[in-house]
Amino acid sequence: MDIQFFIELFFGGLTRGSIYALIALGYTLVYGIIGLINFAHGEVYMLGAFTALLIAGALGVYGFPAGGILIVAALAAIVWCSAYGYTLEKVAYKPLRGAPRLSPLISAIGMSIFLQNYVLLAQTSDFVPFPNLLPEMDFLEHIDYVMGASDFLILMVSTIAMVLLSVFIRYTRMGKAMRATAQNRKMALLLGINADRIISLTFIVGSSLAALGGVLIASHMGQVNFGIGFLAGLKAFTAAVLGGIGSIPGAMVGGLVLGLAESFTTGYFSGNYEDMLAFGILILILIFRPDGILGKATVQKV
Amino acid sequence: MQRILKAAIAALWFMLLTLPVLGIKLNVAAKSVIWRFDRILALGAGIFVLALIWDWCFTRKAAGIKIVTLPAGFNLAEIIEAFRNRRGLRLGGLALLAVVLLGMPMVSSFYQTNIMISALLYVMLALGLNIVVGLAGQLVLGYVAFYAIGAYTYGLLNQYFGLGFWACLPIGGFLTVLFGLGLGFPVLRLRGDYLAIVTLGFGEIVRLTLQNWNSVTGGPRGVSDIPRPGFFGMSMDITASTTYIYYLVLAAVIITIVVITRLKNSRVGLALQALREDEIACEAMGVDITRVKLSAFALGSCWAGFAGVIFAAKTTYINPSSFTFMESAMILSMVVLGGMGSIAGVVIAALILILAPEYLRAFSDYRMLLFGAIMVIMMLFRPQGLISGERRRYRIGALHGAEGGRS
Amino acid sequence: MNPVLEVKDLSQDFGGLRALNELSLTVNQGEIVALIGPNGAGKTTFFNCVTGIYTPTEGQMFLHDAKGEKQLLNGKKPHIITAMGMARTFQNIRLFNEMTVLENVMIGRHCRTKAGIFGAIVRDARTRKEEQDCIDRSYELLELVKLQEFWNETANNLPYGAQRRLEIARAMATEPRMLLLDEPAAGMNPQETNELKELVCHIRDHQQLSILLIEHDMGMVMSLSDRIYVMEYGSCIATGTPAEIRTNPRVIKAYLGESDA
Repeated sequence: MDIQFFIELFFGGLTRGSIYALIALGYTLVYGIIGLINFAHGEVYMLGAFTALLIAGALGVYGFPAGGILIVAALAAIVWCSAYGYTLEKVAYKPLRGAPRLSPLISAIGMSIFLQNYVLLAQTSDFVPFPNLLPEMDFLEHIDYVMGASDFLILMVSTIAMVLLSVFIRYTRMGKAMRATAQNRKMALLLGINADRIISLTFIVGSSLAALGGVLIASHMGQVNFGIGFLAGLKAFTAAVLGGIGSIPGAMVGGLVLGLAESFTTGYFSGNYEDMLAFGILILILIFRPDGILGKATVQKV
Repeated sequence: MQRILKAAIAALWFMLLTLPVLGIKLNVAAKSVIWRFDRILALGAGIFVLALIWDWCFTRKAAGIKIVTLPAGFNLAEIIEAFRNRRGLRLGGLALLAVVLLGMPMVSSFYQTNIMISALLYVMLALGLNIVVGLAGQLVLGYVAFYAIGAYTYGLLNQYFGLGFWACLPIGGFLTVLFGLGLGFPVLRLRGDYLAIVTLGFGEIVRLTLQNWNSVTGGPRGVSDIPRPGFFGMSMDITASTTYIYYLVLAAVIITIVVITRLKNSRVGLALQALREDEIACEAMGVDITRVKLSAFALGSCWAGFAGVIFAAKTTYINPSSFTFMESAMILSMVVLGGMGSIAGVVIAALILILAPEYLRAFSDYRMLLFGAIMVIMMLFRPQGLISGERRRYRIGALHGAEGGRS
Repeated sequence: MNPVLEVKDLSQDFGGLRALNELSLTVNQGEIVALIGPNGAGKTTFFNCVTGIYTPTEGQMFLHDAKGEKQLLNGKKPHIITAMGMARTFQNIRLFNEMTVLENVMIGRHCRTKAGIFGAIVRDARTRKEEQDCIDRSYELLELVKLQEFWNETANNLPYGAQRRLEIARAMATEPRMLLLDEPAAGMNPQETNELKELVCHIRDHQQLSILLIEHDMGMVMSLSDRIYVMEYGSCIATGTPAEIRTNPRVIKAYLGESDA
């Protein structure tokens, strides 16, 4: 047993799992509040990566300092993706709130295709390189075989984000309103909660997290492409379902579990089947335990 | 006045929204940034106009007025009714259609014939998916997997065992049905969104398997040198062969339409539709929903299998990249656009979605973009599709022929 | 008296909640039996158990089929139970909304017809005869519930009372021996209720059916039923003829109220 290899895989899994978790949170928040699988959520993640890339590139050309660029680019990504998420909801989902389940789902798929091609046409189909903007992290020198600067950043940032989200959901007024609306929208309305605003807020929060994930992954992989949203989105959705769709800790747990599973599979078996693992898990979970790890079994009322 | 203000705000919002993605063009090599404000302004203008139209559409929708009122007497459903009612009209229309379709290869170029073959294959696919999604209400997102299975059945059986086209056609259909049942069985209890995602996963797993199982499927390289279908052992040059395939596909599509129409207007079809409407009530009324659901999957998938075999024969070279989720999404949009369950609607939608980009070359880059937009717009403004509210015609004994003939 | 439906000590738990508690009930041939009680007493849950939607935690349910044989219902799927001869309507109308009125009834004929995929494609003489037969019989049922003029109307375009009658016609298309009606008069005005009463009697008399009825309209219950079971909190608290139930103090206290009956 090569312990070093194991630890490497472990931290690698945590890293990618954190990204999945960030995206998965968006899925689970939206599903919890309006019961819709936001098919276009993966595209928001991709938009986050691209926005960061473009802003970073522009700032780089104008001579900003490297560390500052990353922060500004990340903020820009968050701001713009929140706007994209908000617009997405207003245009494609809100008008379909009363419609049968099929309609918003197809609308979501349509928006996903639209956004992908929008970026493709506006930019390029190639893989676009993302500059290395990370500061030197000397304190990582001793464990650099398991954790580089980028991994460290991802783990740190995503952990902070998730903690902030948990605090927000649990303790703030807005967070409570979100939980209330998710549990019983009519009642929340009767209590004076503006459900529309809360739903928009949910999309904004989810999109911000996805955008953050996009920035982190762009920086980590060093390149961005219009198609990364599709696969990442599906895998993150798998993670959300794995943990129990609608459950926030579930999304985090699901993301990490999926990340670790993928990492170990790639390490000990083969990289070719990595993607299939996620789909396989998805299918198995939905068939055998659709409520996921942390979910509760629900009974259908006739 | 307020409308104009709203439209202006919308335009401004979108201009800001798309500022990075649309407005910035990075030249990495030269380390330069080009600000494409021209595109932003064009978008702004476009959104302004679009917002006015959008607002107008929604106002009419809220007031319950139909958005597009075609000139009086030009109701699409009524036209189709007229065709069904008057025998003369129907025969005349069919005769015209027959002349156009049969004569097509004679008057068109090789390239155009190829496009028609492609379009007709998509018609078959859309009709097959229509059974599962449109009639039975089971949202399947991985339909292209069956297409791939059909194509690879022919490709691989030919490569390893030398089986010809005509032998592989039924085998392809059969194998696809097996996979269809294989998919249907585990997902019996799933509804709506979850079913969609699982079938999406299924589609991706099939594609990934084809892509990675190098030893058997050839991996990304795919299978090449697949022979075209033979005509009593005659050898044909590529033009003649293409014409031959055209007539083959045309025959296949006609058979498909006839069979599916009969299925739809039968006890089986009624059960499928009841399943779509309300599963629990359906089961309570004595319908074995397991059996009906599995039938839907089997009946729906086999057409994709046949189409896949023909596709492999037509292109003589197949690889996994032809069978992506985009294809599934496109076929789904044909079903949605056409009107769930409507056979004529789906045929028309498929033809429009495939042929229009070919003949509107200027927009070909925007094809997928428009696909996505159309899906959203259809759901917002006409979720029932192009043709809806079709009624099956019944002859009721007690009314002594007060109604016309059966369909 | 020949029993048609026999239920012994039926219990149903949902997690920690006992929705049905050792309920026993019998419906005899040709009877109209009513099941009454306050909301939440478990009446619809009982229907759901008996028709196979839920699997009961304890107890046994039997249906006596046309040959007089006693069939166990526990664990059987709803469509099998329907084929055995028990059909139902729903508390919240569950019609096939986008299908026509005639087609809704025709679905009921599904378990009594046989044509499959092959027959559908080939359309041989036997299939065509079966289909025409199905259409004609469905139309007859529409005549029975006085909905025949709407046969080509979309189901959800019907007025509310008509929709309830359509559900009954649909259930009857399955040729049941035992018909379960879940609040058929809910939301109906007095005239519609009267028409429904006539329909139920007519059905019982002319179609050799036995009927189990959940209903809150006491006028209808008292005048129609041969026997009544009263439920509260999942248990049966009284059973007897309408006269007996009307004066039963426990029933009055739990459900009827003093000024009623």
